[in-house]
Amino acid sequence: MADRPDMPATPDLPRAPRGGAAGTAPAPATPEQGGPASGARRRFLNGIAGAAGSACLMGLGVGLYSRQARALPALALRPPGALAEADFLAACVRCGLCVRDCPYDTLKLAPLGDAAGVGAAGTPYFSARQVPCEMCEDIPCVKACPTGALDHGLTDINQARMGLAALVDHESCLNFLGLRCDVCYRVCPVIDQAITLEKMHNPRSDRHAMLLPTVHSDHCTGCGKCEKSCVLPEAAIKVFPLALAKGKLPEHYRKGWEEKEKAGGSLIGDQLQLPARGVDTPPASPIGGAGLPSAPSHPVVPSAPPGLGGER
Amino acid sequence: MAVSTSAAKRLSRPGQEAVRTRGWLAAHKWLLLRRASQLTILALFLAGPWFGVWLVKGNLTSSLTLGVLPLTDPYALLQSLAAGHWPYKTALIGAAIVLAFYLLLGGRVFCSWVCPVNLITDAAAWSRRRLGLKTGKTPAEATRRWLLGATLVVSAATGSIAWEWVNPVSFFHRSLFFGWGLGWLALAAVFVYDLTVARGWCGHLCPMGAFYSLLGKTALARVTAPQRARCNDCMDCFAVCPEPQVIRPALKGSGSPVILSSDCTTCGRCVDVCGQDVFRFSHRFDQRSAS
Repeated sequence: MADRPDMPATPDLPRAPRGGAAGTAPAPATPEQGGPASGARRRFLNGIAGAAGSACLMGLGVGLYSRQARALPALALRPPGALAEADFLAACVRCGLCVRDCPYDTLKLAPLGDAAGVGAAGTPYFSARQVPCEMCEDIPCVKACPTGALDHGLTDINQARMGLAALVDHESCLNFLGLRCDVCYRVCPVIDQAITLEKMHNPRSDRHAMLLPTVHSDHCTGCGKCEKSCVLPEAAIKVFPLALAKGKLPEHYRKGWEEKEKAGGSLIGDQLQLPARGVDTPPASPIGGAGLPSAPSHPVVPSAPPGLGGER
Repeated sequence: MAVSTSAAKRLSRPGQEAVRTRGWLAAHKWLLLRRASQLTILALFLAGPWFGVWLVKGNLTSSLTLGVLPLTDPYALLQSLAAGHWPYKTALIGAAIVLAFYLLLGGRVFCSWVCPVNLITDAAAWSRRRLGLKTGKTPAEATRRWLLGATLVVSAATGSIAWEWVNPVSFFHRSLFFGWGLGWLALAAVFVYDLTVARGWCGHLCPMGAFYSLLGKTALARVTAPQRARCNDCMDCFAVCPEPQVIRPALKGSGSPVILSSDCTTCGRCVDVCGQDVFRFSHRFDQRSAS
């Protein structure tokens, strides 16, 4: 360390550091170095190798850390217009301008080391149960974004998809217990589209209806007002990031009733009504006939629910 | 090589002679101006969240001043580009303004006059001098440039703005303006690192500093040593300089007296501490030299 300029051993001049800043004279050769050229070159190559090696290691560390950190399923709800999470992390410079322009203080920047899974440190998020999105018509947070992490193409807040509400706890939802609460339904800014009340028979009392809050992903913006307003100590309806809330049908699945409507009629034509033969007369062989159930009055599987081939 | 005790003691407090000859205030002029600049910038950002006076919104990575002037860190934007995102015009204009400013003035002016982490690393350097610490293996000076390249590669590989996951400069600002979290831990780590390794962070690792250093090749604002003949080899300037290797060619060479290295942060501490008035602030074309 004696050749470090900040620790001069003698009043003579500090030598050029390893790696050599441009314009500095090479350090004088000492006998064991075998000449100034080879000594300087060796030091230079050593320096470069060390620098490159340590930088690559640090880069690798940063890369692995970011990989690991983004792999956590962030429970964070992003501001309206946010790109899909992978694109969002390439675009968001974590400046907080969206946070500043939110008039309701809904948005926060994720602090470093937050274990609640609210997203990468410094990225904007909101917690629906604390402060939901008020769905401003002019969407100031989106306008504030300088980089496009929040897509300026979003001009109708009703098209925002910040997340998706899901009635996660059927056991404590008051409407599922047969009571009339409906608060989540009534506070929904997209009432009767994003949340509807589906009337069902109450089998417990056998004489009442249950009005079940039902979320429709076509219209739910994920604003979180339902979760915020749920009267329970812990909300029965919660908003999750789309990736967590949504299931996915296989690509090749078609819903028969939708295809039928689209085509204006059944695609497979009228089903053949074949006569059910051999029903009226008991079977001749006791082995073949003993286990058979009594013939159904209509040719469907009796236990299948409507929509899956059953009949109502 | 025997270290003379009196010399070591003197170098733990460089600038004593300057204080004696010029007075304390004049011997700390550029340091005070620099602190004023750093703190003013912090104050501008904090006036909003603390007092509701919204002159500047955002942080050092991207900000909006008075609702019209966008400023964006070009290094963060470069990583965003590497990650595969083409930013909006606002961010591009903001980065262009910042680029133009530092190309003109000198890239590492950012490091010494704007960057808040400078307060931490300067405090570490000061403590290190006072405590007489000589420990630590300093990484090669080129490490920061390799790391700069590595962060761009990692940004491209992971599709995210890589350095922002660990950048203490961002942690400092975000912690202060948007809530602390564990951001202070990163800052404490930088302090401890610089306390154990001389100028370890800014001088050898920080890729942000390396990036801004690249913008300094054409910088106009420079420190020069017109009175280098007066140098009495007291070493005060080397002791106090955050990038001491930049001084030698100007001070001891026979060519230009201007410190032209783009690693020079143009902090002006050498101007302050020199008891012989060797240095002064000037521009890169100022070739006056008394020698």
